[in-house]
Amino acid sequence: MTLLDHVPSEAQLRRSAYRRQQTVYSVLVAASSTAALGTLLVIAVTGAPGWDRVRRSFLDPEIARDALPTVLSGLWLNVRLLVCCAVGALLLGLVIAVLRTLRGPVFFPVRALAAGYTYTFRGLPLIIVLYLLTLGVPGLRLQGMPPVLVLGGIALVLTYGGYLAEVFRAGIESVHSSQLAAARSLGLTYRQTMRHVVLPQAVRRVAPPLLNDVVALQKDVGLVSLAGPIDAVRAAQIATAQTFNYTPYVVAGVLFVLLAIPLIAVTDWVTLRAARRQSGG
Amino acid sequence: MALLRCRGVRKEFGGHTVLDQLDLTVAEHQVVALIGASGSGKSTLLRCVNLLEELDDGTIELDGEDISDPRVDPDRVRRRIGMVFQAYNLFPHLSVLDNITLAPRRVHRRGRAEAEAQARELLDRVGLGAKADAYPDRLSGGQQQRVAIVRALANSPRLMLLDEVTSALDPELVGEVLAMIRDLKADGMTMVLATHEMGFAREVADEVCFLDAGRVIESGPPEQVLGEPTQPRTRQFLRRIIEAGRL
Repeated sequence: MTLLDHVPSEAQLRRSAYRRQQTVYSVLVAASSTAALGTLLVIAVTGAPGWDRVRRSFLDPEIARDALPTVLSGLWLNVRLLVCCAVGALLLGLVIAVLRTLRGPVFFPVRALAAGYTYTFRGLPLIIVLYLLTLGVPGLRLQGMPPVLVLGGIALVLTYGGYLAEVFRAGIESVHSSQLAAARSLGLTYRQTMRHVVLPQAVRRVAPPLLNDVVALQKDVGLVSLAGPIDAVRAAQIATAQTFNYTPYVVAGVLFVLLAIPLIAVTDWVTLRAARRQSGG
Repeated sequence: MALLRCRGVRKEFGGHTVLDQLDLTVAEHQVVALIGASGSGKSTLLRCVNLLEELDDGTIELDGEDISDPRVDPDRVRRRIGMVFQAYNLFPHLSVLDNITLAPRRVHRRGRAEAEAQARELLDRVGLGAKADAYPDRLSGGQQQRVAIVRALANSPRLMLLDEVTSALDPELVGEVLAMIRDLKADGMTMVLATHEMGFAREVADEVCFLDAGRVIESGPPEQVLGEPTQPRTRQFLRRIIEAGRL
């Protein structure tokens, strides 16, 4: 009866053999079509009339080596800013999303403010928020003004908090009303229902889109350099201005992709796990 | 003395009257079965009793207190009522044990150790002790529904509302859930159950109420309502049930 004792029938053996043959055939087709396309691309790019000049000004290994340390130190700023801003924006988004679900007349101003916030900061271009905070706020000449980097971080948190709040809200609304009915019928208050029943399920469900926004944030943190701090892109720009060669940009680009790979891999993994869970596990 | 008394209860959904001048009285330790076609208002009545729906008219009294008064705190009322749903409605992100202890710990402020000991004892009694640490999606429908009943019982309710608790189950799993309800009756639990299981209603109910278009058309002992119904609507409904082979 067990799987080990089972002797496949003639028909099953023929089917297995056919499927194996089909697999080999598919792999061969995929390999040859990939090789053909790759060859075509290489011929098209390196055969282009301006290829030599492009290679000198974008892919110079010596300049890449020289630019790497400054671009890397700029990237370190990106990384630190990303971690702080991601945590801040996630917290802000969660708080705003929960505030928007509060019911009762007492909370009307809170709901209105939270809704106004998501409308404003999702509509406002990030660059304008950055300029307002990093150039406008210090202009007030208040005591104990935080450094420009912190103000830039606040601008990022405010902008991304608006997007993340809507993702969290979608998650909260995706929890079926029967879950609320079950929790309330046990005597749990609205707050306890949110805290113990709705939010844990909502956050799990929207983890993939949340992480996706964090990947987007990773590229936008560099915009604080508009206000002065030197991030990887700005460092590349400075290096380019010194050598009249664009290779440092390529270096920065490669580093950004390398930085994004682990984050994207985590996102994919979380998405896959969520999909598996929902399909009944 | 009546534990639950519904008088002239009315509920509308978007101009459609679901409950209409409905009266129902349930004495302590009594089991009342609500029967009737889908859409006759059985589930809505249970949801109104648990204050999950707001009444459009009439009053509901629990232990002599008017719980349909808007000044009454619904959370305080629901602590005295246990409800079990057709689709189990277990919390999928919590283990069986955490599903059961959530309300005892958060609502009734019992310590974790005390709540878990009580939950394990209840689970053992219904033969689910080994499933305490499993997640709901690892359980069969019958097991999930039994956990849902245990979850409601863990709050020591005065009244249990069972909303078609076997309707979503495969036929071979219905028996284990019904056996549990039978035990509850033996323990003297007061219950109102909406059901399509006529045989079970006949066996376990002290009173059967036939609902049609939001009213109790006929009520009485099961032998009378199910055996010799006086109302033509009841007879018609039971004939259809018999034709479907469910009685």
